[in-house]
Amino acid sequence: MIAYIVRRVLYAFPLLLGINLITFVLFFVVNSPDDMAKNQLGQKHTTAQQIEDWKRERGYNLPLIYNEDASAGAKFTETIFYQKSIRLFVFDFGSSDSGRDISYDIANRMWPSLTIAVPHLIVGLLITITFALLIAFFRASYIDYWAVIICVALMSISTLFYIIGGQFIIGKLLKVVPISGYDTGLDALKFLILPVIIGIVGGIGSGTRWYRTIFLEEIGKDYVRTARSKGISEQLVLFRHVLRNALIPILTGVVVVLPLLFMGSLLTENFFGIPGLGSYTIDAINRQDFAIVRSMVYLGSVLYIIGLILTDISYTLVDPRIRLS
Amino acid sequence: MAGRHSFRNLLLISLVGLILYGCENSQWNNPYRDRDQHKDIIYTSFKERPKELDPVKSYNAAEYEFIAQIYEPPLQYHFLKRPYELIPLAASKMPARTFYDDAGNQLSHDVDPSSVSYTIYDIEIQKGIKYQPHPSFAKDSQGVYYYHSLTEDDLDDVNILADFEYQSSRELTAEDYVYQIKRLAHPNLHSPLAGLLGNYIVGFSEYREKVLDAIEDQDAWLDLRDVSMQGVKVIDSHHFSIRVKGVYPQFIYWLNMPFFAPVPWEADKFYSQPRMKERNISFDWYPVGTGPYMLTENNPNLRMVLDKNPNFHGEKYPSVGEPEDYALGLLDDAGKELPFADRIVFSLEKESIPYWNKFLQGYYDTSGISSDSFDQSVELNFQGEFGLTDGMKKRDIDLASAVATSLYYLGFNMGDPVIGGDSQRARLLRRAISIAVDYDEFISIFQNGRGVPAQGPIPPGIFGNENGEMGINPYVYHWENGRPVRKSILEAKKLMQQARYQNGVDQDTGKPLVLYFDTVSRGADTKALLNWMVKQFAKIDIQLVIRGSDGNRFFDKLDKGTFQIYQLGWNADYPDPENFFFLLYGPNSIAISGGQNYSNYQNSEFDRLFDVMKNMENGLERLKLIRQMNEIVRADAPWIFAFNPKSYSLYHDWYKNVKPNLMANNTMKYKRVDPLLRAQSREKWNQPILWPIYLLLVVLVLTIIPAARGFYQREKAKGV
Amino acid sequence: MLFQPVILITDALFFALTTVIFVFVMIARKKEHLRRPWGKVIKRTTGAVALVVLICYYSIALLDSMHFRLKLENVTQSEYQYSNEILSVLDVLMASMRTQVEKTFSAPLAVQLFSKEMVQQDDGSMQQIYPRLKYGGAHLDDPLSEKSKDLVKISIRAIVMAILCWAGFWLLTVWRNSKSKHSSFSASLQRFVSGDSEYPLRAIAITTGLITIAIFVSMFVGSKYHLFGTDKVGQDVFYQAIKSIRTGILIGALTTLVMLPVAITLGAMAGFFRGWVDDVIQYIYTTLNSIPHVLLIAASVLLLQVYMSNNAEGFDSLTERADLRLLFLCLILGITSWTGLCRLLRAETFKLREMEYIQAATAFGVTKSNILARHIMPNFMHIVLITVVLDFSGLVLAEAVLSYINIGVDPATHSWGNMINQARLEMARDPAVWWSLTAAFIFMFTLVLFANLFADVVRDALDPRISGSE
Repeated sequence: MIAYIVRRVLYAFPLLLGINLITFVLFFVVNSPDDMAKNQLGQKHTTAQQIEDWKRERGYNLPLIYNEDASAGAKFTETIFYQKSIRLFVFDFGSSDSGRDISYDIANRMWPSLTIAVPHLIVGLLITITFALLIAFFRASYIDYWAVIICVALMSISTLFYIIGGQFIIGKLLKVVPISGYDTGLDALKFLILPVIIGIVGGIGSGTRWYRTIFLEEIGKDYVRTARSKGISEQLVLFRHVLRNALIPILTGVVVVLPLLFMGSLLTENFFGIPGLGSYTIDAINRQDFAIVRSMVYLGSVLYIIGLILTDISYTLVDPRIRLS
Repeated sequence: MAGRHSFRNLLLISLVGLILYGCENSQWNNPYRDRDQHKDIIYTSFKERPKELDPVKSYNAAEYEFIAQIYEPPLQYHFLKRPYELIPLAASKMPARTFYDDAGNQLSHDVDPSSVSYTIYDIEIQKGIKYQPHPSFAKDSQGVYYYHSLTEDDLDDVNILADFEYQSSRELTAEDYVYQIKRLAHPNLHSPLAGLLGNYIVGFSEYREKVLDAIEDQDAWLDLRDVSMQGVKVIDSHHFSIRVKGVYPQFIYWLNMPFFAPVPWEADKFYSQPRMKERNISFDWYPVGTGPYMLTENNPNLRMVLDKNPNFHGEKYPSVGEPEDYALGLLDDAGKELPFADRIVFSLEKESIPYWNKFLQGYYDTSGISSDSFDQSVELNFQGEFGLTDGMKKRDIDLASAVATSLYYLGFNMGDPVIGGDSQRARLLRRAISIAVDYDEFISIFQNGRGVPAQGPIPPGIFGNENGEMGINPYVYHWENGRPVRKSILEAKKLMQQARYQNGVDQDTGKPLVLYFDTVSRGADTKALLNWMVKQFAKIDIQLVIRGSDGNRFFDKLDKGTFQIYQLGWNADYPDPENFFFLLYGPNSIAISGGQNYSNYQNSEFDRLFDVMKNMENGLERLKLIRQMNEIVRADAPWIFAFNPKSYSLYHDWYKNVKPNLMANNTMKYKRVDPLLRAQSREKWNQPILWPIYLLLVVLVLTIIPAARGFYQREKAKGV
Repeated sequence: MLFQPVILITDALFFALTTVIFVFVMIARKKEHLRRPWGKVIKRTTGAVALVVLICYYSIALLDSMHFRLKLENVTQSEYQYSNEILSVLDVLMASMRTQVEKTFSAPLAVQLFSKEMVQQDDGSMQQIYPRLKYGGAHLDDPLSEKSKDLVKISIRAIVMAILCWAGFWLLTVWRNSKSKHSSFSASLQRFVSGDSEYPLRAIAITTGLITIAIFVSMFVGSKYHLFGTDKVGQDVFYQAIKSIRTGILIGALTTLVMLPVAITLGAMAGFFRGWVDDVIQYIYTTLNSIPHVLLIAASVLLLQVYMSNNAEGFDSLTERADLRLLFLCLILGITSWTGLCRLLRAETFKLREMEYIQAATAFGVTKSNILARHIMPNFMHIVLITVVLDFSGLVLAEAVLSYINIGVDPATHSWGNMINQARLEMARDPAVWWSLTAAFIFMFTLVLFANLFADVVRDALDPRISGSE
């Protein structure tokens, strides 16, 4: 088991290297540090000297991958590739193009993202699974038919409509919760209600439909028929056997997204003014702060890979047969 | 049944939660803490997180919103008087200006500017001004600074400035102002003003090299007090002087900007210690000032909080103003101690839907009007001025407006063979376009009427702008029934004919006239705007091709001169016509000196007049020159003078002392709120409406009933 | 010539795609193994109805992709005689809506502007009123009393004409059907009305009927009123929503088109050759897949913007620039979405490779490329089709979100995302301007909903796993 985990973790390294290479090509080869400098310095009274100074201060004045002027080992280390990309491996994000320390910001902004994402995930899961179970119970009836149609309709609505509509109706017309904002500690509660509700409603369609298929697949299996033929009541079959067995694919599906919860949601955070990593990313995109976007790309990838590894591990825990193969 | 139970429980929990929450407070949508309801706090917002709070780098209105309340430069603008008037802030009196020749002899004040070699500004600051409490000033009983030689371990538990236990203050000295001027010249600090000041302050450009020589170790702190700058001298503890090359009367205006605010060396040393930057403890994040407010919470992703500075030296509300200010109640607080509010809370509000609605709900005291919500809250009245709609009046919302001292213009590249140059043909073409591009319509569509068509380079509110028939641009407007009327398209077409471009076809070559418009395409409005622009040119049969690019590339094009038409704006740095005319001054052209004359406009007569005009005091003589200069640029039409935007802001009636001041940024100290009235209004406006939620619950229950019935029927069927 | 055709790059690709679909349909009609599953799709009511709606959207997009420049007047030299403005056939068909531009906002079917304005009255006094629109309802003398009557009149006329056209067409169809089946016309008609036919003809007929009515009503009413009101600069919102269809369809369809070759080749190679080829391909797609898609797209679009402005000479006119940006967006979306399909195909090839007939082919010495092309690829085509159809709606939705964070299509392109982006400012007004958002919602929702329904039916019909179990 340990050896398996070690192997999985080791496999992550070449992946990270690949991601690193892609971001490097995207951010330094296609785009020149001069552009970043001009972007950040603004347009009023910018001189060539200031651009040089800016680049020097942030280490963007180095050659890309090979430094001819440096001595032996420094030929490779005194380069943008080493300084900016390789350092990501040890989570040394450096400072943003506007000069702030990125790691500090990430550590700070992670928490608001989590406070939105965790209740969203848990409550959302409970609701969608409940709905899916109900639909599975009434399978092949008119309830099932219409429920699926409603699900498809719900998932055909863009997230943007959910957010704009929800904010407009609940926040503006009904005045039940603050329209936007955030606070620390318990005061955050009233700000969480609206984004979490909107997030859940937006996800009900696809979630319910997805879990329904899982349940139906499970119901079609032989052991369920056996159980039923033994005269166990339909409810018991559904809740004791089907739910329990379907939980395996459901939970492993959830494990994959767990690490990504840190990243927050781009849209929700931006609309509701929540100072999480999602709005951090959007701000960086809008201000063209390449250092932050690069760090977030890397961080997101690492979290995704961690999610994959966790999934694999949880599979082996749940189903020992997989470990053998 | 686990699933259904959990669902039911969830419903129950959320319901109970909702009820409990409701009992506590009747305003469920209050975005602030309930205990602050009756406190003397100003609530306002900001749209984008400020990039720089260091007065050396900060150069835009959004950042000044904060630091102008914190830092105190020597001078400030009078809050009420118009035209804008500089008065002392930290200075004890207005700076004295003396002229000297090459030999260092003092010259009289009315001497010919060309014989002046340099000017000295003598600045005396008030005694007894103290800095806000700050850890960098804290000393132990032996007089050693607590936090000037911190080790790594000392910083372990430090994440924000407040984590330092000891704080102290000290008196403001002249040295601090000099220190900041040196910082402006520091090569590593990239002050946006460095280039400009290098042209004026003696020894400023050389200082760069001096600093680079003095820096031995990149990471070590360099005490700028040890490196002298030729043109800046500390005379005594409250007295310093600045030496400026030649005559530059506009220099005095810079002295009210945060660039010239004092910076204590202690703070610089404190912030420059290793590992401070990693914790983002820097001038960028924690300003140190002497002003009425100090930044106590800096969380630009959420809110910025300014608290009253306990060490503030005291200042009184002005007791004189314009005649109409008395009637408006702007002098009710005359002579009272400033600042009024205990705290100012700026909340981040990126999206306009929440922003506007929170203002209407009473959670922001004041609101700029976004162009989109504008004409619903405000409408034109009989005098052609804006008034509030009934809905706004019912809520006692007030409106303050002023024409901004800014100009938007559509520039032509004077180096372009078709559109530019001094030929009569090109001039006629430019004039025809000036008539065709109907900025009156532009203002009503895209600005919702918030602006006035510009008649020349100088916007209203700045010396040299004239009202009435005298002030109109005779090449685009004529005077009719007491107001300017844009010339007709027929006249523009006539000009086109005279320029041998009849029907948009070059009579010499037979080619249709195609012009290129370079623009930065951004934002949701872009498409409509560009369509509109194409339509304007089409009115005189010119085909306009739009070339979009991003900001950098756009300025690159201006730099290289590979463009024909562009649109830009200029916001006054100070209320002097020089600040606008210099955008058309030949030697300042972008091709020659990299200056801001992007059109590369060259006219020797204009340049000659400019040189004379810039050194003159405001008066009839100066006005005469300005009229001549206006006539030259209107005739040559290197720009289409597009419009001067109007700024409007709405404010609730509990927000007092509102008078738009487009020059001053440090106006928060004059503002007063009536917290009681505010609390009442909020209470009245924010009663939650709950019946739709109950209705939804009922509908949910009703849909469950048939499902449940179906369930039991199935059960029964099975049982049978 | 009165006009000069212009073929933008996306037009060319779109035409190519259309040709491919057309050829495929022609082939599928002949081949039994292709006809059967697709027949199943059309025989399902949902499938048939969804297909009709999708074809409608597709045709509008196609009309909007036929671009040309009009001839200029007054110009003698032949090389410059065409206008710079690029129009499409759809623009011509909707000319009245395109050109009838009001001053600013007006509500759906309004005859006045949305906000009051100072207007000089006949007697010279100024008054604060809601000014009449220049075009919307301009033919009415007294809009207050006449408007609703006029609207009803126009609608009834439109509906009657629509029903006539529609009934004529279907009666003709039934008549031809009866001829070919040698049954009497009345019997055929009766069967048609009662819904008794191999294909859900009745459902199709009802759908087309509703669509015809919608088209006629919107055309008739739209030429005299603004059906969905006007936007900030007075442009017809209905026209914008219709113009946005092309962008939506293109993003959904072209993206899959550009990603297909890569996904199919790599997927098949990985599954077939195994060994190091498999390792390398797996590595590539796992790496790409690890990067959060939004971020990868954001990064690419950011850099694309920089690249395009660095090489601005290449894309001078705004239309070409916008077109290229659309194309690049498809490419970038393609890069992020091919990995899923590739993984599926790899697994399928893996399975197919072990099949007896392929083993036999290998034993007989058939070349590897031959096996891949003749035996493996045709056998996983159903997976490709299912993925393409399933991805379509997701891509249309993605466009809106991306445009909202300014990393989508060019702001100058008509798209639902841009409409929504604009609408969030409008919703902040008081009272809110809701019609842009509503129009974008209706058109986008319809497309995505029917695409989703269609995808469900296609999956049920084509996936042997599902169709086998039923």
